[in-house]
Amino acid sequence: MKTLMASTAAFAMMAGLAMAQDVVRLGTEGAYPPWNFINDAGEIDGFERDLGDELCERAELNCTWVTTDWDSIIPNLVSGNYDAIIAGMSITEERDEVIDFTQNYTPPDPSSYLALSDDVDVESGVIAAQSGTIQAGYVAETGATLVEFATPEETIAAVRNGEADAVLADKSFLVPYAEDDADLQFVAEDVALGGGVAMGIRESDDELRQTFDEAIQSMKDDGSLNELIEKWDVASTF
Amino acid sequence: MRGPPHPPEAAIFSFCADPASLEGLKWLSCYLTTVKHANLYIATGTVLLLLAITAPTALAFGFGGAIAARSRIWPLSWFGKGYIAIVRGVPDIAFFLFFVIALDQLFEAIRHKIKCPTWNQPIWQGNDFVVCSAAKLPLGNDPQWVHDTYGFMLAVLTFAIVFGAFAANVLYGAMRAVPRAQIETAEAYGMTERQTFRRILVPQMWVYALPGLSNLWMVLTKATPLLFLLGVEDIVYWARELGGSANARFTDYPHGDWRMWYFLALLVFYLGLTKISEVFLERLMQRLTHGQATTGGDAQRQAA
Repeated sequence: MKTLMASTAAFAMMAGLAMAQDVVRLGTEGAYPPWNFINDAGEIDGFERDLGDELCERAELNCTWVTTDWDSIIPNLVSGNYDAIIAGMSITEERDEVIDFTQNYTPPDPSSYLALSDDVDVESGVIAAQSGTIQAGYVAETGATLVEFATPEETIAAVRNGEADAVLADKSFLVPYAEDDADLQFVAEDVALGGGVAMGIRESDDELRQTFDEAIQSMKDDGSLNELIEKWDVASTF
Repeated sequence: MRGPPHPPEAAIFSFCADPASLEGLKWLSCYLTTVKHANLYIATGTVLLLLAITAPTALAFGFGGAIAARSRIWPLSWFGKGYIAIVRGVPDIAFFLFFVIALDQLFEAIRHKIKCPTWNQPIWQGNDFVVCSAAKLPLGNDPQWVHDTYGFMLAVLTFAIVFGAFAANVLYGAMRAVPRAQIETAEAYGMTERQTFRRILVPQMWVYALPGLSNLWMVLTKATPLLFLLGVEDIVYWARELGGSANARFTDYPHGDWRMWYFLALLVFYLGLTKISEVFLERLMQRLTHGQATTGGDAQRQAA
């Protein structure tokens, strides 16, 4: 009788755990096209929306989306306000100390400088970058003067109005701006930063990390991940 | 690279089916009625609602803080003065980034202790804060509006604590500004300490408190961008998001950097809010001054 009760209790607890995994909350920024942005219908859209929905379907998870400020995206994850970050976040050692990453879903990709004129010296000029990004960290290490902005959009505006000589960001983010505006052009050499983009998961949440790892692997294996990358033109393919 | 334009049912006007073919006012009326823009209008309501709830709550916190600070029971006085000093000293942004998360964790930790007594793992695992799923606030399975409401309530509470501390300091000063003669007269009439407080001190202090409180109100109306740190999207967030240049790849309504126009609209909104507040506060001041032993009160008496 005692064992029966114990096993019932254990079963109930497992059911409780399974229930907890029922809804997985995905946190993103919603301001970084083509990775993630808010479309005209007010919904989160972009490469990571498609990717996240597909991963959740493969892993048979019930996922919901939330947007949050980039600056508080990691603190909100570790305090449990959502379960995973899927926001164009590159794998870096600093972040890896605080959270865990799945395997990358885009390969390490070039970051580029975008400027109004081609005679900008990116080693000594004023360079704009979004705060808390690998690009901001990189600019700080070069001889250039770093000006940081809270949103990606503001970094472009800073170049347009002359506040900064150039902006350093993921190339895929800058390409639409360069195509759209004849005044903006790529300057200097591209730089390779970070270890590719991956999902951020709490360190204590190993099960969820493995689940997403497997789902990403299955998308890599059947080529559907490459298709998505090409559809949104966010990065090079695997 | 996007799919076909959004189906017409996403728009209010029937002619919005193919935005690329529109021009001028028609284009603008379609552009301003996308669901994305509706978020801006909803955010305006959210901000006004937040102000309407926060202002009285903060005033209540301030009143409590001021009474505590001038209490003769030293732990209470110590608590009131500590509250005023600490909250006024901590930068707002730090308060919103760390205090709110800590507050949320405190609630969850308490629920965790009650709901999951058999849980054997620590709540803190390295950087991670882990409680059992039944203790989550709100529950992970709750619909999005519950999460939004919870975030909103946390925002109200945090704003109330922060602005309550400033209000407490204003009220503390206002209570001391009431002329000593008024209190002495009340005592001479044989009123108890309680009666003096209720009938003399509190009714008379408002006139001294109002200039300080109206300052606080004005600051509060403009502090709402801090909300996004809590995931609550306010009007400044949406103005920035909607005004930023929109590429044809990602929207049916491409445009350049229009943030100036959006912020201009915000300027008008805030100026309007300020004007309404000023008119209201001026009337309130007139009423509070009535019959008071201040120069304003004297002027009213002589004019009558």
